[in-house]
Amino acid sequence: MTEEIIIAGFGGQGVLSMGKILAYSGVMADQEVSWFPSYGPEMRGGTANVTVILSESRISSPVLNEYDTAIILNQQSMDKFEHMVKPGGVLIYDPNGIIHPPKRADINIYKIEGTLIAAELGNVKTFNMVVLGAYLKAKPVVKMESVEKGLQKSLPTRHHYLIPMNLEAVQKGFESLELVQAV
Amino acid sequence: MGELRLMKGNEVIAEAAIRCGCDGYFGYPITPQSEVMETLMDREPWNETGMVVLQAESEIASIHMIYGAAASGKKVITSSSSPGISLMAEGISYIAGAELPCVIVNVQRGGPGLGTIQPSQADYFQSTKGGGHGDYRLIVLAPSSVQEMNDFVELGFQLAFKYRNPAMILTDGVIGQMMEKVVLADYIPRLTDEEINEKYGSWATNGRKANRQRNIITSLEMDSGRMEKNNIRLQEKYTKMEEEEVLFEEFRCEDAEYLLVAFGSSSRICQKAVDLAREKGIKVGLLRPITLFPFPKKPIAALAKQVKGMLVVEMNAGQMVEDVQLAAGCAIPVKHFGRMGGIIPSPGEVVEALEQKLIGG
Amino acid sequence: MELKDIINPNNLVYEKPKLLTENTMHYCPGCSHGVVHRILAEVIEDMDIQDKTIGVSPVGCAVFAYNYIEIDWQEAAHGRAPAVATGIARTNPDKVVFTYQGDGDLASIGTAEILHACNRGENMVVIFVNNGIYGMTGGQMAPTTLIGQVTATTPNGRDVGRNGYPLKITELIAQLPGTSYVTRQSVHTPATIRKCKKAIAKAFQAAIDKKGTSFVEVVSTCNMNWKMTPVKANEWMVENMFPFYVPGDLKDGSKTDPESYTPLKN
Ligand SMILES: Cc1ncc(C[n+]2csc(CCOP(=O)(O)OP(=O)(O)O)c2C)c(N)n1
Ligand code: SF4
Ligand SMILES: [Mg+2]
Repeated sequence: MTEEIIIAGFGGQGVLSMGKILAYSGVMADQEVSWFPSYGPEMRGGTANVTVILSESRISSPVLNEYDTAIILNQQSMDKFEHMVKPGGVLIYDPNGIIHPPKRADINIYKIEGTLIAAELGNVKTFNMVVLGAYLKAKPVVKMESVEKGLQKSLPTRHHYLIPMNLEAVQKGFESLELVQAV
Repeated sequence: MGELRLMKGNEVIAEAAIRCGCDGYFGYPITPQSEVMETLMDREPWNETGMVVLQAESEIASIHMIYGAAASGKKVITSSSSPGISLMAEGISYIAGAELPCVIVNVQRGGPGLGTIQPSQADYFQSTKGGGHGDYRLIVLAPSSVQEMNDFVELGFQLAFKYRNPAMILTDGVIGQMMEKVVLADYIPRLTDEEINEKYGSWATNGRKANRQRNIITSLEMDSGRMEKNNIRLQEKYTKMEEEEVLFEEFRCEDAEYLLVAFGSSSRICQKAVDLAREKGIKVGLLRPITLFPFPKKPIAALAKQVKGMLVVEMNAGQMVEDVQLAAGCAIPVKHFGRMGGIIPSPGEVVEALEQKLIGG
Repeated sequence: MELKDIINPNNLVYEKPKLLTENTMHYCPGCSHGVVHRILAEVIEDMDIQDKTIGVSPVGCAVFAYNYIEIDWQEAAHGRAPAVATGIARTNPDKVVFTYQGDGDLASIGTAEILHACNRGENMVVIFVNNGIYGMTGGQMAPTTLIGQVTATTPNGRDVGRNGYPLKITELIAQLPGTSYVTRQSVHTPATIRKCKKAIAKAFQAAIDKKGTSFVEVVSTCNMNWKMTPVKANEWMVENMFPFYVPGDLKDGSKTDPESYTPLKN
């Protein structure tokens, strides 16, 4: 099995760290992983994206032109990546900030109200974990316990007290994924 | 076995330097490799192994700090990205001329000039054909994974000390910025003063001992006869490298009718392209030069007898293709496909280029 | 009252200087660079020297300065702006030339170029934006970083033993015989902005009058890499940078009169 994912949104939405936690979860589940970010002075409000690949076998190209799954968190990224999902693949998006919802008829489309849910949870910074949970519902590529281990590995020890809150967000996202279209 | 981690290529360079017993790192920030020094500063190896880490005022200063430390027999490393490497050209030429060992990491970005911070392989000529003035060569290693970023630090030092010649790790923003699993090397202790005396006492300027002549490190020789001899000695060294140190990797070449040739991150993209093309029924393989100098001429010449054509895939306007053409001879077509300016070609594009430039044409 | 009654030339109290382009600035909200750009645009407009001013932009966050002011610009390599400006000024003595540089650009990699341009007394203006950090590359230590200040390459604070002392380059510059007017300003309040504008205008006039090199340091903030809100960053600057980089004029006059030297007899 190989899962090729693009996660794309604004810098500051936690796109890169969400990819990192996913990659770490893959490592914990003994998979091959690669994580390739867009980089540069993105802090000035630009877009950020990361390609994550999880696989049972050696990973060839860390850079791709089509994906099994696209997780899309702003309109620019929708414009850029919607057409790069493989036919039959998965697109997950947060409707907050999306003006033109996805139009493709040949892919599975899901919605996650990540922004709302994170606000309800009382910590907008858990947004990316909500989305991660939603993704794992659509694509159970790693088990929840690997995610917990992944969080432990990727967060510095001084931030470990945040893990329960993050796991709650993952769980909430897992429960809140909405199917828009199945093929 | 060493420790398994998930790390960025740049971070791994820092970690590998500490673990292989480096005495010092000197550098200056530049994207996309600033994490090398940032990781070192965070790791504080001066507390652990005694390794020195210094943020210099420029790349010119960094490379001349390397010169000074290397000339005293120390194991030292620097890293930068394309514009910074250009600034280092003077010092690199002096280091090669004075026959000093060191490792220089170039995490390439697109040029010319200030260019872009996105990945590129456009410094192939600069790295393999000299870059600074004079007849000299660098040992050039091209890692294609985060694991090789780790492995090539110590390998680079081994070759650099074996030949008393600077070694370059030529990589780019893809490998520098991406995270993969890596098995870190075990620690090698730094050499003590006595060990340096014993191993490098014949040349290292670490203070004249009673049991040896004074050592002088210089690249200057006013007498043309003697300067020519120096040059001949350097050339003999490079020839020996070509005979003994060539490294390359073949991927699905056994039954290949076409061949892709690519190094570093491009070779990763080409691996996927090979798989995609084979799904379409095209029998294609990949040759990946690992040492760009010395260049794997012989395996390319051998494959030139087997395949109908070669496509050299690089993130530049066509640089390594010249070396492949020379090695392959004139019997088969050798074409180039490249993207520039920081654009990374996709595996699909490579297959398309293969079909258009070799199979269709 | 209708909108058109409000948006009416008679009600105008503040407007974009004509020389600022329509391009959206790429700077982080709260960054000092934007304010300094505006002042420059105003000064060049007020002095009516748009057609003969040539700017040299640095490598640093202000690398794109050329996108924002409607004059001719050249982009220099990291630290080399004073040499580039020398080339322009020497071959175009009737033009007005300025460099715009950050602390890494001017006081680290480009130390040789700035000292020698100022020492030669090139007739040009240097605008030196000192935010104590490498903004563009993600917040590494600059030569002007304060002792104890946390940056990406001094995660536990700058330490003299490891990183040397913070460099008061402007004090050095003021010692050089080629400089005419050397001053240290800031742009964190309306009053200091007005003062800074006067200083920059004076610097341009000195270059036009061929008095030598004039040099304006603007002690600035980089709220992004200092990891502070813009307001907090201004407070931090006043509290920590001003005691070390004390605002005010360091030199006000003309380059040293060559006649004051007695040349050796051949
Ligand atoms: C030769 C070279 N080395 C390094 C760099 C990377 N670099 C770009 S900007 C910069 C420092 C910018 O800091 P500063 O001059 O203080 O400007 P600021 O962004 O803070 O305004 C560096 C090191 C480069 N572009 N060229
Ligand atoms: S990084 Fe700092 S200097 Fe650069 S634009 Fe942002 S606030 Fe300004
Ligand atoms: Mg700065």
